Amino acid sequence: MIANGKVLKYGDNVDTDVIIPARYLNSFDAKELASHVMVDLDPTFVDRLEPGDIVVAKSNFGCGSSREHAPLALKTAGVSCVIANSFARIFYRNSINIGFPILECPEAVAGIDEGDKVEVEFETGVIKNLTKGTSFQAQAFPPFLQKMIEANGLVNYVNAKK
Amino acid sequence: MGMTMTQKILAAHAGLDSVVAGQLIECNLDVVMANDITGPMALPIFRQMADKVFDKDKVVLVPDHFTPNKDIKSAQNARDIQDFSREQGLTHHMVQGKCGVEHAILPERGIVTAGECIIGADSHTCSYGALGAFGTGVGTTDIATGMATGQAWFKVPSAIKFVLTGKPSQYVSGKDIILHIIGMIGVDGALYKSMEFVGDGIEHLTMDDRFTICNMAIEAGGKNGIFPVDQQTLDYIHEHSTKPYQVFEADEDAEYEQVIEIDLAQIRPTVAFPHLPGNAHTIDEIEASEKIYIDQVVIGSCTNGRISDMRKAAAILKGKTVHPEVRVMVIPATQKIFLQCMEEGLAQIFVESGCAFNTPSCGACMGGHMGVMCKGEKCVSTSNRNFVGRMGDVESLIYLASPEVAAASALAGYIANPEKIGGEE
Repeated sequence: MIANGKVLKYGDNVDTDVIIPARYLNSFDAKELASHVMVDLDPTFVDRLEPGDIVVAKSNFGCGSSREHAPLALKTAGVSCVIANSFARIFYRNSINIGFPILECPEAVAGIDEGDKVEVEFETGVIKNLTKGTSFQAQAFPPFLQKMIEANGLVNYVNAKK
Repeated sequence: MGMTMTQKILAAHAGLDSVVAGQLIECNLDVVMANDITGPMALPIFRQMADKVFDKDKVVLVPDHFTPNKDIKSAQNARDIQDFSREQGLTHHMVQGKCGVEHAILPERGIVTAGECIIGADSHTCSYGALGAFGTGVGTTDIATGMATGQAWFKVPSAIKFVLTGKPSQYVSGKDIILHIIGMIGVDGALYKSMEFVGDGIEHLTMDDRFTICNMAIEAGGKNGIFPVDQQTLDYIHEHSTKPYQVFEADEDAEYEQVIEIDLAQIRPTVAFPHLPGNAHTIDEIEASEKIYIDQVVIGSCTNGRISDMRKAAAILKGKTVHPEVRVMVIPATQKIFLQCMEEGLAQIFVESGCAFNTPSCGACMGGHMGVMCKGEKCVSTSNRNFVGRMGDVESLIYLASPEVAAASALAGYIANPEKIGGEE
């Protein structure tokens, strides 16, 4: 599996309240959530996002609430993966569980700017900055997590094994 | 090698003699909890896996976030979990108007107790560490799986040991201590880790102080916060619960990534400025700077909506009037606490001093309803998060503080020192 897209870049501590504010949580319809994703951090996000684009951020991405609505909104909006220095633990778990690939790689975060074209290969963990011609190595997903992402999440993965 | 208190609880629930940090294990769960935001989303996922919950005594769905129902969609969500709870015959059937905020009601009803392994689809599930239990927040898919199977997988966390010594001064409580700690280690200072609180200073911390401290472990990125079980814990458990419980202690040779000593006597009333819980300032720094005028005060939430919080706020407000330009919401966290406030005369103090005295709800804390701010407004809140837009408009500002600081600020109209009982206007 490969992700390929332009980068939208943010800073430290992007919390789940700005990814999807609580005022929209009276719904868990994925498309409705996606239409508001990141609005309190960057109101231009939804308009600028093209399917396959990649979010890059600094430390502690996804901190705060346990709302799985947050990774679901990013995924449904068309974000192909998030690369950050580190992730808050509940967000990390929720992302994997819904088959949304996220990678920790501080070197890549430092070497990628807003608007760069980036390609990520999940089997190997290789992150290529196509704009700058540089390459970074993140930890590759172990096979069971690759399968979970390919199955579009934990539930499908578990059901497929039955 | 020895184990931390958290590691011992996890090992026991995985049926293992010992575990080490980083190990992936599968644990049996004692309580699986969700609310009216995460619960409805979990139900269709649950139904893909099972028809019946794994144990009707151990699954609890609490309507508390958008309740009393704020709009039609919220009403549907609350309806869905209430119907599910009844259909499944859940022992702890929670109906709005009869319960309260999840992390206050579960300990109060004795649904959670010492030594347990608890997951909740709410990040503040770490609160139950005050009882000497392992509690951690998870998302919807994990909670649906837990409801169906009674199990969850965990990566065994490493830990930071906080050795608390000394006695906090009169107007310093659990909130000041945890804001001080997050200010010191940062909002990701305990990322993926346990925060274990020990030391002879903990005898000076009430159970409510400990709930407040563990509640905000997540605000430092922690997987859980936990206190050892002492006589106070046992007294609390015996008063509230008939469940069997188990007392775990960290091994003497347990390995910690970091040991941090904190003299509670040195901690000052502390306020977290926008937009991070780690942006801590002491009341002395605040008094030495330009006054921060406020529009709203919220006293409540799963962090500080317990009876001792109500008593502390009332003691400051008694016989006084809140600032004419400030609106104040006092929100006891459960119906029982609400009634205690009436019986002890606290409700009268709140209303006579000019506060709204509201029904239990998470609404104000998360900008859901019952306390939303518009552009440019500022709030002192006893809740747990001051992120951008958390309580309303992205240009509103939240200052996190103790009930004492919140009450003093309500009187003064600006962030004020409770040691001076509402300032000297």
